[in-house]
Amino acid sequence: MDLLISILIGALFAAGIFCLLRRSLMKLIIGIILLSQAANLLVFAAGGLTPDRPAFALSETELPPAGYADPLPQALVLTAIVIGFGLVVFAISLLLKAYRAVGSDDVNAFNETDRIS
Amino acid sequence: MIWLLACIIIPALSALLCLLTSQRTVWNRGIAVVGAGALLAASTKLFTEVWDNGFVTFQSGGWPSPFGITLIADLFSASMVLITGIVALAVVIYSLRDIEERLIHSHYYALFHLLITGVNGAFITGDLFNLYVWFEVMLLASFVLITLGGSRAELEGGVKYLIINLVSSILFLCGVGLLYGKLGTLNMADIAARLAGSNDAFLINSSAMFLLAAFGVKAALFPFFFWLPASYHTPRVAISALFAGLLTKVGVYALIRSYTLLFHSQFEVVQGMLIFLAGATMVTGVLGAAAQYEIRKILSFHIISQIGYMVMGLAIGSALALTGAIFYTLHHIIVKTNLFLLGGVIIRRCGTANLKEIGGLYRWAPGLSLLFFIPAFSLGGIPPLSGFWAKFSVIKAGLDAELYVLVTVALLVGVLTLYSMTKIWAEAFWKDAPQGNKPENLGQAGWSLVTPCVALAVMTVIIGLWSQPLFALAESASAQLLDPQAYIDEVLKPQTTTHYGPN
Repeated sequence: MDLLISILIGALFAAGIFCLLRRSLMKLIIGIILLSQAANLLVFAAGGLTPDRPAFALSETELPPAGYADPLPQALVLTAIVIGFGLVVFAISLLLKAYRAVGSDDVNAFNETDRIS
Repeated sequence: MIWLLACIIIPALSALLCLLTSQRTVWNRGIAVVGAGALLAASTKLFTEVWDNGFVTFQSGGWPSPFGITLIADLFSASMVLITGIVALAVVIYSLRDIEERLIHSHYYALFHLLITGVNGAFITGDLFNLYVWFEVMLLASFVLITLGGSRAELEGGVKYLIINLVSSILFLCGVGLLYGKLGTLNMADIAARLAGSNDAFLINSSAMFLLAAFGVKAALFPFFFWLPASYHTPRVAISALFAGLLTKVGVYALIRSYTLLFHSQFEVVQGMLIFLAGATMVTGVLGAAAQYEIRKILSFHIISQIGYMVMGLAIGSALALTGAIFYTLHHIIVKTNLFLLGGVIIRRCGTANLKEIGGLYRWAPGLSLLFFIPAFSLGGIPPLSGFWAKFSVIKAGLDAELYVLVTVALLVGVLTLYSMTKIWAEAFWKDAPQGNKPENLGQAGWSLVTPCVALAVMTVIIGLWSQPLFALAESASAQLLDPQAYIDEVLKPQTTTHYGPN
C-alpha cells in the first residue's frame, strides 16, 4: 500500500512538473492541480497510512483504542485542500483574464514585463 | 497577551469594516487609516511588553502546547510586527491620493488589511502548519492586489507572481508533511526540541531543503528570484511599495526562524549552501539592476541583492552576523518602502518611470531630490545613514568568520549598488531634461504623498545617527535567536490551563 501510494505521488509530481514546463496556460493550470494533489497525498502518506483504524476515542473508556489512526494529517490535508481549491479557482480566473488581455494561450507571449527598458 | 492577539485581530477587523463600506470612499479611507493607526499602537504595546518580559505567548483555545496552536512573539517577531505597523500606516496615508475611487470600490483597503493580517500572523505564529495558513492568507490578498488595476502589464506580472508562489506553497506543504511524518508534531518549539535529539539525516535534510526552496521563493533568493522583477513594477505604487517592504521580508523572517530554531541543531547541513546562495543572490540582483533604466525595475532588482546581505548574516550564523541580519532587515523595510513611494512621486510628476525620458528634477524639485537622496544613499551604504551600519556589521562578521570570498563579493556588490543609485540620481535629477525644458505635468505632489516619505526618511536618518538603540535591540534579538532553548522552554513549559473536559 505504502509503495503504491509512493509511486502514485511520484507520478503525480512528474506529471505536474511536465505540465508546468509546457508553454500553454491550460497545461499550467493542470500542472498546478496535479502538483497540489501530489502534495496533499504526500502529507497524508507521511502521516502514516493506517486503514481500518478509528481516529476517535471510545465512548466507554474515553481513550483512543490501541493503534488508532492519527487524525491530524487528515485535518491538515482538509485545510490544504480547501486552500488549494481557492487558489486554483483564483488562478483559473486570473489566467482567463490574462489570456484575454494578452490575446494568446502561449506563455512565450507573456514577455512584456521582462523586457529591459 | 491581549496585544499579541490585537496585532492580528485589528487588521482583520479593519478589513471586514472596509469590505462593508467599500462603496463609500470617504468612510473607507477613514477606517483604513484609523485601522492602521490602531495597529501601530497595538504593535508598539506588544513590542514594549516583549521588551520587558522576553516573550509573550498565547495558547489558542486553551489547549496546552504542543497540541494547540501556539502564538508567540519574541524580540525578533515583535520588532517585525512593529515595523509592519509603521509601513502599513505610511502606505495607507500614501494611498489616500495614490489609489483612485475605482480601486477602492474593488476593495483595495480590505485587501490591504487582509495582507497585513497575514504578514502579522506569519510573524507571530509558533506552529509550522499555521505559518503555512498565514502565508496563504497573505498570498491570496497579494494576488488580488497585484492584479487589481486590470491592465495588461499587471495581469502579466500577476500570472508570473501567482504561478511561482503556488509552486512554493506546494513545496512548503511537502516540507511540513515530511517533518510531521518524521516527528509527529507541528509546534515549532517541539520540532526544534525533537530534531535536536534526532539523527535521521535523510528526512531532516529533505524537509530542510523543501523549506529552503519554499522560503527562498518567497524571499526571492537566487535562483528563485526571477518572478520579482517581472511583477513588482506593474501594480500601483502604493501596492508595490507595500510588497517591496514586507512580502520578501516575510520569507527572510521564515528562513531566519527555521534555521535558528527548527534546524538549529543541524545548521551545518544548510550553512554552506546558504553562504553560496547569499553570494549568488547579491551578485545577480545587482547586475540585473545595473542593466535596467526603469526606476521601479532597478529598485526591484535591488530588493534581491539586499536579500543576499540578510541571508549572508543568517548563513554566517555568529552573534554579530545575526545582529547584522536583523538590523539589515529592519532598516531595509523602511528604506525600500520609502524608495518605492518616492519613485511613485517621481512618476507622478514626470509622467514616466523611464530614466531616459526624465531629467532636470534637481532644478524643478529640489525637495524631492533631497528626499530621494537619503534612502538611496542609505541603500548604497554611505555613512552615516542606516545602511552603512547594517552592511558594516554583516561584513565585519564575515571577516571574523574568515569568509573572505563572500566578504569581497559583498563589498563589490555594495559598490555596484552605489553605482546604480547614482545612475538614478544622475539621470533623473542631475542631467537636463531630454527636451531641455520643464517636464510637462510637473505639479505639486500633495501632502498625503509626501508626508509618509518624509517620515520614513527622518527615521532613516535617525537610525543612522543614533544607531545604538536599534543595534542594541538587534543584538538582544539575535541573542534570543541563538539561544533557542529559552524559546523552546517558554513554549513547552507546563501550562496551567482550565480544564473543561468531563472529568
